[in-house]
Amino acid sequence: MRVLPVGEDALLVEVGSGDEAQALHAELLRRRTEGSLPAGEIVPAARTVLLDGLSDPARLAAELTALAPPSAPPGAAETVEIPVRYDGPDLADVAAHWGVAEREVARVHADAEFRVAFCGFAPGFGYLTGLPSRYDVPRRPTPRTAVPAGSVALAGPYTGVYPRSSPGGWQLIGTTDLVLWDHARVPAALLSPGTRVRFVPVAATGPAA
Amino acid sequence: MTDRALAVVRAGALTTVQDRGRPGHAHLGVPRSGALDAPAAALANRLAGNAPDAAVLETTLTGCSVRPRSTVTVAVTGAPCPVTVDGRAVAWGAPVRVRAGSVLDVGAAVRGVRSYVAVSGGIAVEPVLGSRSTDLLSGLGPAPLTDGAVLPLGTPRERHARVDVAPQPAPPAELVLRVTPGPRDDWFTPGAVRLFTSRTYHVSPASNRIGLRTTGPALQRARRDELPSEGMVLGAVQVPPDGTPVVFLADHPTTGGYPVIAVVRPADLPAAAQASPGTPVRFVAVRRR
Repeated sequence: MRVLPVGEDALLVEVGSGDEAQALHAELLRRRTEGSLPAGEIVPAARTVLLDGLSDPARLAAELTALAPPSAPPGAAETVEIPVRYDGPDLADVAAHWGVAEREVARVHADAEFRVAFCGFAPGFGYLTGLPSRYDVPRRPTPRTAVPAGSVALAGPYTGVYPRSSPGGWQLIGTTDLVLWDHARVPAALLSPGTRVRFVPVAATGPAA
Repeated sequence: MTDRALAVVRAGALTTVQDRGRPGHAHLGVPRSGALDAPAAALANRLAGNAPDAAVLETTLTGCSVRPRSTVTVAVTGAPCPVTVDGRAVAWGAPVRVRAGSVLDVGAAVRGVRSYVAVSGGIAVEPVLGSRSTDLLSGLGPAPLTDGAVLPLGTPRERHARVDVAPQPAPPAELVLRVTPGPRDDWFTPGAVRLFTSRTYHVSPASNRIGLRTTGPALQRARRDELPSEGMVLGAVQVPPDGTPVVFLADHPTTGGYPVIAVVRPADLPAAAQASPGTPVRFVAVRRR
């Protein structure tokens, strides 16, 4: 575990893997909740956790350097189920990358148990991990100028759901009607770091089915 | 007249509603947002008799015009500019009474970039996650002002402004940004790190509320691999593949995948918000306190 100072009042804690980052994030959140870690922001990412708004970063850095990296994220209480129509325009390409039949993509994806590793890109956009690494896929060679809200998509080791329409280069495998982000709702974000997620296949409806 | 609202007569190039932003939601991908020149916004509020967290207007280079529907006290701070009420010159940087139906014109910045317009009672658009700020990266908060739009105003406080005029720093002729190195300075060649803190950059016209972009010597990376996305702080100096530094301002993304060579001291960011395109920029390395 490496602790890097960031400016005057933040620390970037770097660990060896995404799993370790999730475990460290859970541990740091626990400490903040119990009152032993005064931090304005705790921002997990792929291999790091950023602690911002610290009053004494040097002391905390020394403490964290001595900390053994937590081994596994604790069991999260909450599981969000996301109903998906596996009807994305990139299903065939993803099937080819995976070396499976197109209809198998939905089965593989819906069998996996996901966890929100971190958020970013847009409010409520979660980077979900849970697929074995043999199912990693590259981004599209040419990003789309508009990916519809609710698109379920893959890139690298991650699954994501677009909370609103935006440009994007991820491989689209399906669609959900679930509202991922609604700032008038409490909480606004359906997915936050640590949330467990399952994708539940639903039959496509409408004339295109 | 008791209609507490403000009609937008001339929106200007880019005028947004800003308060102190919505920090604390970075883990959900929500930028902090908020007034870029926070001390200027706070001063405008003080002069107008508002609480420091009241929402103000932030203009960009060309100012704006508004017509209050009730009599209000306003104050314009930040980038110096001509201020008129119904065509008559009034004070910049001081409380000004504007009668219901009169037009307050905030002119183009004489120097600097962003003027702040506080109106007694504050701009009372619906808050989103505790803030009324427009976030241009994620689209949270009210849309930028458009001609003809009407903005609600809050109820003014009983207490009057304690200050009539207050000194304000002039927009910088040269922007000196004190930086602490890292967290990813080791991703650059030693020559690039020296270049970064010894050469003069210039403010690029592509700068916005997300970042102060620069032109100048490109910084060579020592490694070619990709940095996994990591959390970003306000003032982070990120170096994209073209090698020219970008200083992250209030609407910056919460995570990013380009290495951060250094971080600007927060106290220097208000000046960065007022540095117009072409302004020379020097990054000066300082020790962590």
